[in-house]
Amino acid sequence: MQLSPGTRLKSGACSTEIIIVKAPADKTVITCGGAPMGIPGEGAEASLSPEASEGTQLGKRYVNEDETLEVLCTKSGDGSLGIGDTPLAVKEAKPLPASD
Amino acid sequence: MNIVTLLDMAKNCFPERVALTNGSRHFTYEDLYDLSASAAAQMRRSDADNISLLDVASPALPVALFGSAWAGKPFAPLNYRLSSSDLAGLVEKIAPAIVFCGADYHENIAPEYRTNCDDLLSAEPLAEGAAEDAADQDWPSDPEDTAILLFTSGTTGGPKVAVLRHRNLVSYVLGSVEFMSAGPEEAVLTSVPPYHIAAMANLLSSVYAGRRIVQLPNFDADAWIDLVAQESVTHAMVVPTMLARIADRLKARRDELPSLASVAYGGGKTSRPVVEKILELLPHTDFVNAYGLTETSSTVAVLGPDEHREAIASDSPRIRARLGSAGIPLPTLEVSIRDEHGREVCAGTSGEIWLRGEQVSGEYKGRKSQLTPDGWFRTNDGGHFDIDGYLYIEGRLDDVIIRGGENISPGEIEDALLEHPAVADAGVVGVPDMEWGEKIAAVVVLREGASATEECLIEHVRSQLRSQKSPDFVFFRDELPYNPTGKLLRKELRSELEKSAETAGI
Repeated sequence: MQLSPGTRLKSGACSTEIIIVKAPADKTVITCGGAPMGIPGEGAEASLSPEASEGTQLGKRYVNEDETLEVLCTKSGDGSLGIGDTPLAVKEAKPLPASD
Repeated sequence: MNIVTLLDMAKNCFPERVALTNGSRHFTYEDLYDLSASAAAQMRRSDADNISLLDVASPALPVALFGSAWAGKPFAPLNYRLSSSDLAGLVEKIAPAIVFCGADYHENIAPEYRTNCDDLLSAEPLAEGAAEDAADQDWPSDPEDTAILLFTSGTTGGPKVAVLRHRNLVSYVLGSVEFMSAGPEEAVLTSVPPYHIAAMANLLSSVYAGRRIVQLPNFDADAWIDLVAQESVTHAMVVPTMLARIADRLKARRDELPSLASVAYGGGKTSRPVVEKILELLPHTDFVNAYGLTETSSTVAVLGPDEHREAIASDSPRIRARLGSAGIPLPTLEVSIRDEHGREVCAGTSGEIWLRGEQVSGEYKGRKSQLTPDGWFRTNDGGHFDIDGYLYIEGRLDDVIIRGGENISPGEIEDALLEHPAVADAGVVGVPDMEWGEKIAAVVVLREGASATEECLIEHVRSQLRSQKSPDFVFFRDELPYNPTGKLLRKELRSELEKSAETAGI
């Protein structure tokens, strides 16, 4: 699907929910727990794939390799995020020394 | 994504944690979320395009901010110190609007716009069941929507309305704050006024970090020190004038404020002697100097705690000078120093500070984008990098004095004057001169009981800087004009000098 910043997606395989922060120009299918994620309330239920079950963490950002895609996890779950077979990686914030 | 998502996440993670303390009142993340939902329902029903707030720091602030964002209407807080006629001019720029007014500020806003701040905090503002309906109604998710409209301080020219979109603010918070990274004991006391970008940024950062916000409605150094002790405040943010007053009172009271782990200061130029003094008074506290602009969603460069300690302990003038710098730019944006033709200059050379990055809005209401075609924002601040990559801010380019064809930054001369033991405060401006174009006038406030002559101060600056940079005149005053966030109002200083009889002969 064509993603755009602000789009929310929900996993059909676990409780994970994400928001798109940065979207690639090309149509992209994000998977969670091995199954494609969908618009909340519209996606189909799926079973959790053991190969994609490392879990998601609330408040973490996840990116693809060239960082054209960035998502924020707004609800954690048991599945892990990916595009096809390639898992998304955690992107750490670069904390300011509490400047404001 | 919408900034309400930040609050939603905090509420889902730690619903019962206290998010905000004001006097004896406490609000959890769930309280803020529920109140914001009710506020949003109220705002959605209104015909107003924009939502405003006229109050000191109060619990209504986060509710108004998140409520507006939830309702999909820009939030435009107002300066509670302004006169009713100034306020009327500002409200006109954002009309149709509703202004939530604190108890003391009702009379300053025309009846057709004003409403009561307490409406945002009352327990049951909606009929039974309506709050749930409101909570179910999703907030808009378009990151291009305007979240905040801020009136810039207008130290030069009239105020402009800076536009900050959800994507600017969200990118700033996600890039610089780790979600729920604050321990349950952490509390932040922010003493910048609620209509200031640093207050907005602090609110969002604190909610996302899970750090309790402690509010002090009106700044007073003794009240600030008492509140830090009473609420075991761990983090604080102040503007430079406050830092100087806190240092004076801490010294007199001999308070050590053991809970205070970190103090951030910024929003204007801080004099080096004040920084040195406070570092000495609170050796266990981390100090952070932040440089940022309204148009950049707050901080763009910071001088961190380790850099403060290294500088104060150093005998090298190059390293010690960093106490007067804004530190290193954030890794999430680009900073470039450019000459008047837009060409990048090398370290050590002064120019205009240009910024580029996701958090940079560079946009004003009713005007086209101020960004260059390739995304750079020209700050109109002068500055330079040193060879180690530290950024030094030299003040507004409009304030640069051109004396006999040479550009002179007033900040440098002010710093030199402040090094003199008799000088408590100093402001330097250019005054028109037939021969030189401009001459350098220094306005000095002497320390209580101290004395110094014009000649000795001119000589003092000459001994520190080149003779072209020493003042041509020195005037003595009891105080200098500042805006509420601690920025010296040079425009006022200049017009006062031009009017005053003293300069009649210039």
